[in-house]
Order: sequence, then C-alpha cells, then structure tokens
Amino acid sequence: MESPILSVENFSAFFGENQILRDISINTSPNKVTALMGPSGCGKTTLIRCINRMHELIPGARVSGKIYLKKQDIYMMEPIVLRRKIGMVFQKPNPFPMMSIYDNVIAGYKLNGIKLKKDESDSIVERSLRNAALWNEVKDSLHRKGTFLSGGQQQRLCIARALAMNPEILLLDEPTSALDPKSTAHIEELIVELKQNVTMLLVTHNIAQAARVSDFTAFIYLGELIEFGPTEKMFTVPKDKRTEEYLTGKFG
Amino acid sequence: MNTAENIAENIEDTNMHKIIPFPSPLRIHEDKTLRNNSPVGYRIFKDKLFKCLVIILSILSFLPLLLVLFHITKNGISVINWGFLTELPLPIGEKGGGVFNSIIGSLILIILSSIISIPLGISAGIYLAEKNKGRIANIINLCIVVLQGTPSIVIGIITYIWVVAPLGGFSALSGGIALSIMMLPVIIKSTEETLKLIPYHLKEASLALGVPYYKTILKVILPTGLSGILTGILLSVARITGETAPLLFTAFGNQFLNYNILKPIDSLPYRIFYYAMSPYPEWHTFAWGASFILVMIVLSFNLIARGISAKWKVQF
Repeated sequence: MESPILSVENFSAFFGENQILRDISINTSPNKVTALMGPSGCGKTTLIRCINRMHELIPGARVSGKIYLKKQDIYMMEPIVLRRKIGMVFQKPNPFPMMSIYDNVIAGYKLNGIKLKKDESDSIVERSLRNAALWNEVKDSLHRKGTFLSGGQQQRLCIARALAMNPEILLLDEPTSALDPKSTAHIEELIVELKQNVTMLLVTHNIAQAARVSDFTAFIYLGELIEFGPTEKMFTVPKDKRTEEYLTGKFG
Repeated sequence: MNTAENIAENIEDTNMHKIIPFPSPLRIHEDKTLRNNSPVGYRIFKDKLFKCLVIILSILSFLPLLLVLFHITKNGISVINWGFLTELPLPIGEKGGGVFNSIIGSLILIILSSIISIPLGISAGIYLAEKNKGRIANIINLCIVVLQGTPSIVIGIITYIWVVAPLGGFSALSGGIALSIMMLPVIIKSTEETLKLIPYHLKEASLALGVPYYKTILKVILPTGLSGILTGILLSVARITGETAPLLFTAFGNQFLNYNILKPIDSLPYRIFYYAMSPYPEWHTFAWGASFILVMIVLSFNLIARGISAKWKVQF
C-alpha cells in the first residue's frame, strides 16, 4: 500500500467533560476519496475539524492521540502553516462577500500577504476555477462579487479557493447539505473528477453520496469508528452488524 | 332478551356516535356581539378611529421637527451669503462679517475628536464583539452605559481638570478630547453590534485558509462590517457637532481665525450661544444663520450615514 497522506492514530477528542471521539484510526490513500459517514452528532464533523485544528477555536476542546500529515505530527505544527496545507470546504457556502470572484479564489494568498505577479495570479485563478468546474460560468464576470452566484456556484467557488492553495488534502464538510439536488449532482461529479489531483476526505450523512463518490468509507457511530474499508466491500458485505443496520436504514 | 331494551340501547349507541355540533368561532363571535350589544358597524368604527389616532399622533411627533426647520430657515436664510460663510466676525456696529472661524473651528474639533476616538472605539468594539462573555467585557459594557449617560457638561469639567489646567489654557486639543469622550460610546456600540451580525462562517473560511487571527479581523471582518462602522462614526460625529456644553470649558471660543490646536478655537454651537446671549438684534440674526448652517451640517452627516448603510450593505 502507498504511504497515506493523512493518518489518524488512536485519536480521541473532548469538549470539556464530554468525549466526542473515541480511539479513532483512519488512513487516507493518495488520490482517493475517503468518506466519513454516520448519523448526525456522531462526531464526524469534529474529526474533520480536528484535522485542520479548527476545533481549537472552541474553548474547552482537547485531544489525545496523533494525526500525521505526510508523516508530520500536525499537533507539532503551527496551525497557520497546517491550515495552508489542508483545504477545507464548509457546509454552507462561504465566499467572502466584499471580494470579487477573482479575489475570492486567491484569497488564501491575498489575506496571508503572499505577493503574486499579475500573470501568476491570473493562472492560479484560471486553473483553480477550471478544476472546480466553474471557469466557463464565471470567466466573463471574474470581477463581480462572489455573492451574486447561486448556492451551488458559490460552493464550487469555495472549492476553487481551497484548491488555489495546492492543498495536500481537501476536507469537505457535508459540502452539499445546503444545496439543491442539481447542484449536489454537480459537486459530486466534481469530486470524482478532482480525485486525479487531490486527496479528499468527505464528511456526509448521506449514505448514497458516500456510495457514489468515495473509494473508502469509514462508519462512525457515537464517536466510535465501527468499520473502515473500501466502499464497495462495506456496502456489499458489511462486517459489523451496526453498519449493516445503518446502511439498510434501521437507525440513524 | 328483551327486544325493547335492545332497541333502546341501539338508540343510545347511535346518539353517542352522532356528531355533537361544535360551537364554531363564528358563533362565539355572534354571541359576544349580542352580549355587548354592539353591532358590527360600531367595531369597524373603533378600528378606523384607532387607525386615525395613530396617523394623527405620528404626524404630531413629526411636526416639531418641521417647525424647527421652518423657523431656522425663515430666520437664518436671510443672512446666509458668501460673505457669511467666508468672513470673520466684525465688531458690533459694522456691517457684514461672518462665521468662517466657527466653521473652521468646528471642522478642526471634529477631526481632532475623530482621530482620538475612532481607533479607540473600533478597537474596543472589536474586543467586545470577539469576547462578549467575560469579566472585562462586562466591565467595559457597564462603563459604556455610564459614559453614554454622563451629562456633557460634566465631561467638559472633567476635561478642564485633566487637560486644560495642566496645559495652562483653553485649547482646541482639549475640546477635541472632550468631544472624543462623547463619541466613544456610540462608536464602540455600533462597531460591536455590526461585527456581531457578521456570520461566524466567514471567520472560519478565513482561518481555514491559514490566515492568522489578526489578519482575519483586519482584512475580512472589518471590511465586511465597514458600512456599519462608518455609519456609527458619522452618527457620532453628527451628535458631537452640535455639542456646546463641553466646549465652554475647553475650546472656549475665539473670534479670530485659528489653526493652532493649542490655542482656543471657535465652534458653531459656541458662536450661536455667544450671539444669542448678546443684546444686539443683528447678532441675533447671525445666531439664526449659524444655526441654519449647523443644522444643515448635522443633517448632511445623517443623510450620508443613511446613504452609506444602504449602498455599501454587504450581502452574506
């Protein structure tokens, strides 16, 4: 097996006295989509937020165990450096409202004060928007505000913004839960296409979505990793009874 | 078994299943009107009466503003001419003269107080919006409420003791400090309220790109809230432009043109006060003219503030 981009080892997370995640271990293979699925409140979003250390913004959060990004312990890195290497797309599309589409894409450079030459930034914007399958729709209105776009376009703009930073891994936190079915299908196609270039970790509570787009699936229930393996295997012959019950809609 | 009993039972059964008429809302309505002896027409009349009352009272509350504007315009507009705006006051008895020194003085005072209060106010507003739970935030909030309620004359006296006395004389600087103390609570509160309305997910988006916290605040949160913050600043400027009491002890007034912030300086409200208290009818008209200019300045600040908040409003 190739060496994993991201490996989570015996990881637990707490908010105050509550233990949210128990002893989770997951590896993500390069250029594959790994889906984290499970019912609401099972801790999958917490896990993804621990990976780019966004959970630290909430007072009382602490963790144990290790997460490695390309063999580097992320809890030994500066959060600012780490977050530039890990792209994140949130549930709700959140382009910066005071910036144009163009500026939104290179926001990671602009806000961090990284100077780009005009042709450099032009090519980054075009490449990122093409990768996010948005270029054809917005190429004539690059200097309009990003908030004029539809919800699905805004979400693809957010994906382009994350891709512009050339992340090692892209975290997608229920990227389609605020979108209509058509935009959802569009984003799912995009995820499958993007696999060639980037490793992705997708959080979803939609079983069908996990089946459609992911190569590996982890089923998390009540903060525990119940099962982790290739998606095809898990959806056809689940090892654990709880996975089977979840997949057949008996709970969750 | 007795058949008659059976039949009786059957009848009871059918009665039990029969739908009992439920008193419809309409019925209740009718009953009430009957009880109150008031026909529908009377209630419609009451409804109309209430509407008329609301309209009349709202017009009445609007009337004082119109009357004030009318009165000031009627008395003030006659002295307004180019000379009034660009000349200095002349001694009594001489024709002409204007309030140029007061207009310049008011502008200098506004600039001074803005320079002092805007950075302080915005910083405190950011702090309160970011850390709205906690002891220090509570204390600051309490202080703002007290500061907002402090009479302006008291702020004037305090500034006199703190600034005027140590500096050894009245000055524009001390006036600016007194006015900036009055501006602070308005700017802090408006900044805080504006920033609190900005969705949390914008901050997350910036932090997730690896942008440090301070840059997130300066480059994402502040620009997004810019229109609200500017509106607050302009409203506070509009408020202090008309303040007289704190200036009596600090900027003092000056009938000559002065650009030195360490010397006494004139201001429009002070000039109005000075002219209106004088025994000369010509100066009374001058007071009206100065009032007209002052009202126009304050009005335009308010209108600009409205325009900014409408036009630059950021959609999330």
